[in-house]
Amino acid sequence: MADNTALSISAVTKRFGGVIATDNVSFDVPAGSRMALIGPNGAGKTSLFNLISGVYSVDSGVILLEGKPIQNMPPRRRVSAGLARSFQNIRLMPHLSVVENVMLGQHVRVKGARAALAPLAWQRGNKWRRLAESSLRCAGIDVDPDADVSTLSYGIRKRIEVVRALMSQPRLLMLDEPAAGLNTRETAELSSFLKTVARDGVTLLVVEHDMSFVHDLCERTVVLNFGQLIYQGPTAGVHDDEEVRAAYLGRRRVNTEGASPVA
Amino acid sequence: MSGYVSGIVAILCINLIFAYGLFVPAAAGQINLGGAGFQAIGAYSAAWLSSVALLPTWATIPAAMLVAGLVGFLISFPVLRTRGVYMVLATFAFGEVVAGFLLRTQFFGGAIGMVVPAHVELPVLVACAVTVTLLSFYLMATRFGLAMRSINDDEAAAVLMGVNVRAVQVAAFTIGGAVAGLSGALYAHNFSFVEAQYFNSFLSIYVLLFVLIGGVQTAWGPLVGTLFFTLLPELMRVGGSWRYVVFGAAIVIMMTIRPQGMVTRAVIDALSPRRWTSKRFATGAVHGG
Repeated sequence: MADNTALSISAVTKRFGGVIATDNVSFDVPAGSRMALIGPNGAGKTSLFNLISGVYSVDSGVILLEGKPIQNMPPRRRVSAGLARSFQNIRLMPHLSVVENVMLGQHVRVKGARAALAPLAWQRGNKWRRLAESSLRCAGIDVDPDADVSTLSYGIRKRIEVVRALMSQPRLLMLDEPAAGLNTRETAELSSFLKTVARDGVTLLVVEHDMSFVHDLCERTVVLNFGQLIYQGPTAGVHDDEEVRAAYLGRRRVNTEGASPVA
Repeated sequence: MSGYVSGIVAILCINLIFAYGLFVPAAAGQINLGGAGFQAIGAYSAAWLSSVALLPTWATIPAAMLVAGLVGFLISFPVLRTRGVYMVLATFAFGEVVAGFLLRTQFFGGAIGMVVPAHVELPVLVACAVTVTLLSFYLMATRFGLAMRSINDDEAAAVLMGVNVRAVQVAAFTIGGAVAGLSGALYAHNFSFVEAQYFNSFLSIYVLLFVLIGGVQTAWGPLVGTLFFTLLPELMRVGGSWRYVVFGAAIVIMMTIRPQGMVTRAVIDALSPRRWTSKRFATGAVHGG
């Protein structure tokens, strides 16, 4: 195991009944890299995210985070170990304010009973609150920190979720379709923000359908199809790969012997 | 103060403390329909320690809280294995078991109940109610409170934020048990008599309703809910037995139009003076930029 691998997936398999979500998937995410995970709908991208973050347990295989096996850890220990993620459908806490949502992301970094029992809602100058507010500003999110998250636009909420994920000081940040639903300007802003995040030493693993965003942000790409890894390599080479083209566009039917109609 | 008024204030204080005992777990997403069981444990612990062990109230009341808290801690493990309506049923069953046990145990007076010699006056009840209320507000303002609220909002996402959901819920259930036990101890010492029949499922349902209809998003919920539902039936006494019909209808209407409770975070925000100034400031900043 090389020291410079942030995340190593080896032979990870997960079945749901008869459906195979990930089938013997193996790939490495080099430390400090910005890697994309793409594939058609139902390819197993979000399932893989859920396996890495601990929502599901693997049937077999090993997941190493900076060399340490994490596949049997409870999700919160994986967060302490340096893993953070966002969600395909925004999962901000609807009844917490913007700054409270971001402070929730700090949870694993807060140690000791004293910090846990400080009345931070009453302390405007509390260091955790100041940290949360300055992180929002750094990400270019200019909203009232006490605002109700439900009153904010989709794009803003999406970006707040990224800031919240960063608050646990992750070594690996996994983003599930961060650019979905963002307009062109917001997408460009997100891309440049994520580049600065990566420059600070955070490894990125990004599920995304917006290929221009992927090309702009990620130097390397992994492609899944029906739970199987069909490509890994430079993002620039994705479009020229026969297997990937077939997965997205369908294979030209040369012979039809396997395609007899079901009686 | 007339006997009537002081009687209402006493039951108001006891109900308010009881309501906070159910609110703390509810704020972390756990509905406890066995509240009367915890109150009974507190009441009988205080009654026994006072009448048999002859301990003074400064010892019986904390001891009663300790016993109820310990039971809450132990019960939380099986209860937290259940979800949603099954948790409601499990806690309900717990309340029934406690009431049934006390009713059939001669050691605790059985159906006759127990006389409690040491008396606690109204000012102590008021002081305890104020303290519990303030501590509940404090708890909700802490990071622990933030974790509780996040679990209530989206438990699965809270887990992935690194919140130790199990630990927070066990702690909330234990604190809730101890606080409900306090309300029982104060009841025992103020009414000077305990009987198992008082701690029935109707009491659990009523006080849980105070909490849910008041709202579990902020610590204002139980305060508003308890005040409203303890005082409303008293104000409606002129209507005779019809007041129960009006009371029931009020509950149904509340649940229909405000299932999230009377007081929500948005309501508190809208009423907060700080909010008004910060809003104006924020608007100014937008115009300036």
